[in-house]
Amino acid sequence: MRTALAVLRKDLRLELRTFETVPAMALFAVTTFVIFHFGLGQATISGQLAAGVLTVTVLFSGMLGINRLFVTEREQGGFDAFLLAPVDRTSLLLAKAAALFTFLVVLELIAVPAFGLLLLGPSLGPALPGLAVVLLLADLGIAVIGTLVSAIAVHTRARDLIGPVIGLPLMIPALIAMARGAAAPLAAHGAASVPLKWLEVLALYDVVFALLAYAVFDFLLED
Amino acid sequence: MPPTRNYGKGLRGLSLATVATLSVALALVFFYAPLDADQGFVQKIFYLHVPLAIVALCGFMLGGLFAIGHLRTGDRAWDMRSYVAIHMSLIFALGALITGSIWAKASWGHWWVWNEPTLVSFLIVFLLFATYQPLRFSIDDPERQARYASVFAIVAGAFVPLNFIAVRLAQGFVHPRVLTLGGGNLPGPMRLTFLVSLVGIALLFATLWKYELTAKSTRMQLRALRRRVLGDDAIRPLGRSAAPS
Repeated sequence: MRTALAVLRKDLRLELRTFETVPAMALFAVTTFVIFHFGLGQATISGQLAAGVLTVTVLFSGMLGINRLFVTEREQGGFDAFLLAPVDRTSLLLAKAAALFTFLVVLELIAVPAFGLLLLGPSLGPALPGLAVVLLLADLGIAVIGTLVSAIAVHTRARDLIGPVIGLPLMIPALIAMARGAAAPLAAHGAASVPLKWLEVLALYDVVFALLAYAVFDFLLED
Repeated sequence: MPPTRNYGKGLRGLSLATVATLSVALALVFFYAPLDADQGFVQKIFYLHVPLAIVALCGFMLGGLFAIGHLRTGDRAWDMRSYVAIHMSLIFALGALITGSIWAKASWGHWWVWNEPTLVSFLIVFLLFATYQPLRFSIDDPERQARYASVFAIVAGAFVPLNFIAVRLAQGFVHPRVLTLGGGNLPGPMRLTFLVSLVGIALLFATLWKYELTAKSTRMQLRALRRRVLGDDAIRPLGRSAAPS
């Protein structure tokens, strides 16, 4: 646990000093909203369409973070140093997933208000509580899968290709639940509460893949 | 070089059993099973499409189980089994997608229907496993390739049931639920025909799996023998490959 905290602190400090990943993710998200505005040809959107646009934007911005997650460890020898240290290897999974989760939450703190400002028809205020629950649960899943996929992809030759190509299909169940769940609070005729079944699917997905990642992550580090 | 194994044992019996079962299944499909009242003759593709899909999904999960064997024991033979299972399942899955598409066109009028949860989940699973070979191909070191492929196979194998739950919740129940635990709503002759077809396709999977394993291990043994007889220089090194070596 202490190791995980140390690695997490290192990652967050690195991000705070270089501003390499999160600003790029946020910028990408805002640009995607503009593209959606022109692509859909609509000034405001609501309901399922709005939920879909938000889901796709968060996911693709998240992909940028996922691609970068282990690059410094590989290029600067962080992996070797970590393997030399007498610590539990799973703590790297924990730290990286927590870092990715933090990145995603910060991204959403910027992207969701921007979404409300630029595209969303109904006002954002009443939608926020329901949306926050869906987004947080989805972030957990994306963080776990993203970390696992990133750890696999970083050692391949075409890592920028392999990451999204494996990651996207793996995340589809979470994205279905996220897009369907977020539709209710974003509905045009006033925010409704999120149907419980989507929260259950998200929670189930998070738990299953967290356990799975915990079980297999060690094998990605052996060398 | 993994220890040599004789995968060819029992292959002849298995092949004969497969041919016999598939012949019986075809005879049943065309001469015994009644014509479907609504769909007529087209419905007979069901006896090919559904077994292919079920066997492909089981094959994917089997690949995950073999991969667990590889990670637990470190024996590369398990990686080979996992690879061949997933490879075969991909081919079966492609067959299931194509036959499913034909069936959808004939009975619903469209090549692809999005409100059909089983079809959509199947496509997602297929897309996921289609990345298995590119992943293997982009890792040079064979040992690392085997390890990462196993991790992928385990995660993706566990993904199969979860994906079906999520997609099924997202849509209504359009597909006839043929395979409920209560035996479904198939009339007797159709159920018998279906079960024989399922066994036939499963045997076909097992036979092809064994054939490919035998071919691969024989080729590896041959290379090792040639290297011993002719010397290391006479044998060209293998190129980069997605297959375990």
